[in-house]
Amino acid sequence: MNLYVLLKMVPDTVEELNVAADGKSLDSEFLRFKLNDPDEHALEQALLLKEKHGGKVTVVTLDAPEVDDVLFTALAKGADRAVKLPVNQAELGTVAAARVLADFLKAEATPLPPDTLVLPGSYAIDDLEGELAPLLATALELPYVGVVCGIAPAEGKATVRKEFAGGLRGEFEVALPAVLGIQSADKPPRYVPVAKVRAAMKSARIETVDVPPPDRPRQLELERTYKPEAAGHAEMLEGSPEEVADRLVEILVKNSAI
Amino acid sequence: MVAQLDPTVVDRNTTLDTLLQTPAGRRLMTCIQCGTCAATCPYGEGMDFSPRLVINMLRRGFLDEVIQSESLLRCVACYACMAKCPRGIRLTDVLLPLVKEQTLVQQSEIPAELQKSLQNLLRYGNPMGESPRKRANWATTAGVQVPLLAQRQSNGPVEVLWFVECYTSFYARGQDNSRATAKLFDALGVDFAILGNEEKCAGDCGQLTWESGLFETLTAHNLEVFNKYRFNRIVTGDAHAFNAFRIRYPMYGLQAPVEHTTGFFARHLPQLRPLLTQRLDRRVTYHDPCCLGRAGGSYDEARALLEAIPGVKLVEMVHHRANAICCGGGGGGMWLDTYYKQKGLERLSERRVKEAIATGADVLAVACPYEVSRFEDALKVVPHDRPMVVRDVVELLAESLA
Repeated sequence: MNLYVLLKMVPDTVEELNVAADGKSLDSEFLRFKLNDPDEHALEQALLLKEKHGGKVTVVTLDAPEVDDVLFTALAKGADRAVKLPVNQAELGTVAAARVLADFLKAEATPLPPDTLVLPGSYAIDDLEGELAPLLATALELPYVGVVCGIAPAEGKATVRKEFAGGLRGEFEVALPAVLGIQSADKPPRYVPVAKVRAAMKSARIETVDVPPPDRPRQLELERTYKPEAAGHAEMLEGSPEEVADRLVEILVKNSAI
Repeated sequence: MVAQLDPTVVDRNTTLDTLLQTPAGRRLMTCIQCGTCAATCPYGEGMDFSPRLVINMLRRGFLDEVIQSESLLRCVACYACMAKCPRGIRLTDVLLPLVKEQTLVQQSEIPAELQKSLQNLLRYGNPMGESPRKRANWATTAGVQVPLLAQRQSNGPVEVLWFVECYTSFYARGQDNSRATAKLFDALGVDFAILGNEEKCAGDCGQLTWESGLFETLTAHNLEVFNKYRFNRIVTGDAHAFNAFRIRYPMYGLQAPVEHTTGFFARHLPQLRPLLTQRLDRRVTYHDPCCLGRAGGSYDEARALLEAIPGVKLVEMVHHRANAICCGGGGGGMWLDTYYKQKGLERLSERRVKEAIATGADVLAVACPYEVSRFEDALKVVPHDRPMVVRDVVELLAESLA
């Protein structure tokens, strides 16, 4: 199979996030980046598919801090090829990021071979709506299923399992090539010994592939970033139980609750 | 008995392939297959391949079967097999880590808690995944000044570089150990300083567990930090860090003398004794940490400290000194409790507190930061009539200070 895994770096919330002086961006002083969790599952799912059905796993990222470590780790885990698109991830909105990734995939092959799966994570902590995958599928004119937690490929198609709210699951048949937003892999993401990552750093190479810069990096203008603000406070009723009860009834009546 | 590792026995580059060309490797060939190692191993009966079988499989060319099994996940690196071996074969510090390392490479899945801890160690320098920027936060609660080496005014070397370690920095009950140590240093007028947020886990469990690459990454970081400063000795309250600094770090260039807090305070007992004025009328039993006792030969220091506390009566468990049963936290066991439970194995910490309860002691004294959480958890599930608390030796000493 021809498997593309799209990896995105997100802020590591182990460090407290703070708003920068501009009131819009995150304070970068102590900010660190890590691989988005569902993307780690997307990589695991791709490696499991490769182990079962053969093929080639290509991991693709935009440029971001600490991204090289993530790419070498993916290679050490068993990915065959690591590609970095030299476009700063932080400057792109989701629409533009999808556009850049679509341009890369189109340049790889148009149309994409029929055994191709494009596997982004289903969502990211800074893309909770999970917009990237459907936008990418639209740009590539490919079918899309999101929140996927199982893939069984067959000739020219795949049966995919998707999770719904309330504990429901759905099974879909989708024609390949397709874009599948991965929620979780069949197994937890594997461990790779540090020595293997170091060996990958010595022997493997990260490929840089130029893509045309998007004409409109952002569709939306960010006005303000802020921490949750307390809107109101609880009022503590003081006095004897009778007084408190009377006061409580008064408040409930006043607010038309009783 | 195990003594200081002779660096000529094995070096840091020894692998399973080159092991038999080293003196330690050749010694494997002299194994008489007596099975003492398997019998003394606390999880020996739960292993498909006991230490004795590992040696036999290696000698007969079937080691791959051992590597492909999960057998050595049950090794808690307690040094029991090595301490008892009549042929002096270096199991715990030479053979078993090399086999485990290959096991890690072969296994496509490792228990989730262990995996998370190893990943946290690499990324954050502590197994719990806490922010490395908060490592020294506990120091503001110490009640005494805890100087940072980076902020030291004097030009001369600091007498004691105190390597605090992870559980003693981040874990609430572990911090009690740190606060006690700070008070004792202060009371003795020791010239000391800590590395603060520059410190990362010493990595002992990395080396003794599975992960030589992780261990080397942590070692390289800590040695680089050590090299920035001038100090006369390293003192640590973590028996595992003590083990790593004493045995492995010298292979990477560490030359400074290293002491565990029990050894350091025992050496200062003449100055410390007059300060121990608060009576603690308690029956205390002492658990020998593997990395101090069997690995380091230090049995008397902690006991001398405990007996110096007015009112303390020291009682011994059935298994003590070289025969002490491991708390189950070493060699990655700290993060394998769920796995052991799934496999139907008794938690070693529970086995051990049963022995402590049988002594009738009020206090189970320990000298390794893993043991506080392990034994306190075990006491929650093992029935006992008489109340028992777990205290590090330094906590009891600090309690006895005026």
